[in-house]
Amino acid sequence: MTHSCAVRRHLLVAGALVTIIAATSWPLLAQQGANSPPTNAPTAAPAPLPAPTTQSALADRPKSEAAQKLAPVAPPPFATAADKIPVDKLKAPNGFNIEVYATGMVNARSLRQGDKGTIFVSTRLADKIYAITESNGKREARPVLTGLNRPNGIAFHNGTLYVAELSQVSKIEDIESKIDQTLKPTVIYSDLPKDEPHGWKFLTVGPDNRLYFQVGAPCNICMPSDAHAQIRSINLDGSDMKVVARGIRQIVGMDWHPVTGQLYFTENQRDWLSEEFPEDKLNRVANPGKDNFGFPYCHQGNMPDPEFGWGHDCKAEFTQPLVLLGPHSAPLGMRFYTGAMFPAEYRGAILVARHGSWNKTKKFGGDIVLVKLNEDGTVKSVEPFITGFVQDNSYIGRPVDLHVMKDGSVLFSDDWNGAVYRVTYGEAPVAHR
Amino acid sequence: MRSPLVAVVLATLLLPAQSQSLPERQAACLSCHGENGQSQNPEVPSLGGQPEYYVTIQLVMFRDKLRVVDMMNQVMTDASDDAVRELASFVSRLPPPEPVLDTPDPARMERAEALARQNHCSVCHKPDFSGGQNVPRLAGQREDYLVKALRGYKDNSRRGYDASMADVIEPLTDEQILDMAYYLARVR
Repeated sequence: MTHSCAVRRHLLVAGALVTIIAATSWPLLAQQGANSPPTNAPTAAPAPLPAPTTQSALADRPKSEAAQKLAPVAPPPFATAADKIPVDKLKAPNGFNIEVYATGMVNARSLRQGDKGTIFVSTRLADKIYAITESNGKREARPVLTGLNRPNGIAFHNGTLYVAELSQVSKIEDIESKIDQTLKPTVIYSDLPKDEPHGWKFLTVGPDNRLYFQVGAPCNICMPSDAHAQIRSINLDGSDMKVVARGIRQIVGMDWHPVTGQLYFTENQRDWLSEEFPEDKLNRVANPGKDNFGFPYCHQGNMPDPEFGWGHDCKAEFTQPLVLLGPHSAPLGMRFYTGAMFPAEYRGAILVARHGSWNKTKKFGGDIVLVKLNEDGTVKSVEPFITGFVQDNSYIGRPVDLHVMKDGSVLFSDDWNGAVYRVTYGEAPVAHR
Repeated sequence: MRSPLVAVVLATLLLPAQSQSLPERQAACLSCHGENGQSQNPEVPSLGGQPEYYVTIQLVMFRDKLRVVDMMNQVMTDASDDAVRELASFVSRLPPPEPVLDTPDPARMERAEALARQNHCSVCHKPDFSGGQNVPRLAGQREDYLVKALRGYKDNSRRGYDASMADVIEPLTDEQILDMAYYLARVR
C-alpha cells in the first residue's frame, strides 16, 4: 500500500507538471481548466472539447476504491452517543488531559462563550445553534436556534450573540437571559452573495468592536467577483461595511493577536491540482484594506495557478503566509492561548484545529497543532498538540474550533461526533461523560 | 401513479409517522419509488443500488427540512434516528435499476463521456457511476430525475448536504446537463 501510494504520488507530481506544460499549448483547454476539475469558466461554458491526449494524472486513473478516497467526506448526520465518543484515542502531551465536555450536538462547529458562562455551538450542515448550560452540577446541550441556513459563524459581545449564516448576519441581544424562550434573531446585514460553495462563514468581533467575517470564493478555482474572496467588517449594527483583505479562497478561523490586535486567520487552498500542493496557510492582516493574499492567481504564497497565474510574480504582488500548514489539512478554528493553566510556552501561542484532508489518498491533518510565535508576531514553530483523530486512514473525529475558558482550560469541537471536549493541564483526570 | 395503490399509500402517509410500522413505511416507499428499485413515476427517483450512507443523509435532511421536497418532508416527519437507519438499510438492499433500453445516440454518449472525464464525475461516483458512501448511484437513474437534480444543484433549488455538487455543477450549461442525464440513464 505504501509503495503504490508513493508511486501514485510520483505519478501525480509528474502528471501535474505535464498538465502545466500541456495547458500552455491548449489555450482553450486552459481557459476551461479541463485539466483541473472542478473548474468554473469565467464566461459561459464553451462547447465540449475532445479529451486532451495528455491527461492530468488525476483523470480517472485511480481505481474504483481508491477513487473514493479523493471524494469529499460527509460527517454523520447523527451525534455519537456519549459512551461511544473515542476520546481514549486522542493523545495530548504529558501533563494534559482530554475529557468529553458535552455531546449530542450534530455537526458541532464554532464555539463562543457568553458572559454568564453559556457555551454556544454552531453548525454548518445542520440548521441549528446549540447552547451548553450547567445547573445543579448537571451539564446540558440543546438547540436554541433552528431553521438557520448554514449558521457556522457565531460571536458573542456585550450580552449579544451574533450569527453569520450563508447570506445574512443576525443578532440576539441579551441572549443568556432569554435562553429558554423561543429566540428571534434580528437581521443586521444581508448584502451578501448566496453561493453555496464556501458560503458558510466564520465570525469574530475585533478589538475595534466591529464584526469580521469572510465571503469565500464560490468555487474550487475561478475568478471571483468583486463581492467574493474577501474579509469584510461591519459595525455591530450592520452598517459601514469595509473590505479588510482580498484574495482569500476560504477562511474558517480567525483570531486577534492579544498584544498587537492584528487579525490572524487560517486559509484553505484549492483542490484538484495535486495531492501534495498547494499547502493551506496561516496568514496575518498587516495592512487592513490593502492586503491581497493571492487567490486565484497564486496559492500558498508562492505558487502560480496553472490557469490564472501566468504573468504574475507571486512573492512580489501578494501578501505571503506566515507559515504553511500542510497540503489539504483544512486548518479551521484557531485561538491565541491567553490562559494561565497551560505551561508558559503556550502563552501567546496559537492553537489551530486542522479538520483534515479529503482531497488526499492518505489523510493529512485531523489534529490540533500549536503554533509558537516570535516577538514580531511571525511564526517560530508548528508542533502537534492533540492527535489521534485519524486512525487507519479513517476519521474517528474531526476538530473544528477552539475556545479558551476563563480557568485556562481549552474546549474544542468535533463535527464528526457532534461533541465538545475539554483539555486541562495539571489536573487529575476526570472521568466525565 | 398506479391508482389502486395510491389511495392506500396516501392513507398510510397521513398516519403520524411514529405509528407506522417498518413494513408499512417500506410499502409506502415502494408505491412511489417502484418495486425492485426501479421507479416508473416521472421525476421520482429509482432507489435501487443507492448507498446506505447516502440514503441516511438524505432521509435526515428530509426529516429536518434541510432539503425541501413536500412529500418527503411529510413522510419523514418525526421519524426517529433508528427509523431512518432501518429505512436506509432497506433501500440499500433494493436491486440497482436497469438502464434505458434503447439505441443510444453515439454522439450524445460520447459528448457526455467527455464531460464526465473533464468534470471528474467518476472520482466520487466511481467509473461505473455506482457511487458509494455519501455519494449516490447515478447509473440507470431516471433521466428526468437526473435532469431535475442537476438543474436543482445549478440554480440552488436543491440543497446538498454540503456544497460539493453546487461547486461541480457550476460550469455546465443546460444542454450539457441534458446530455449528462441522457448518458447516465443509459450507461452500462
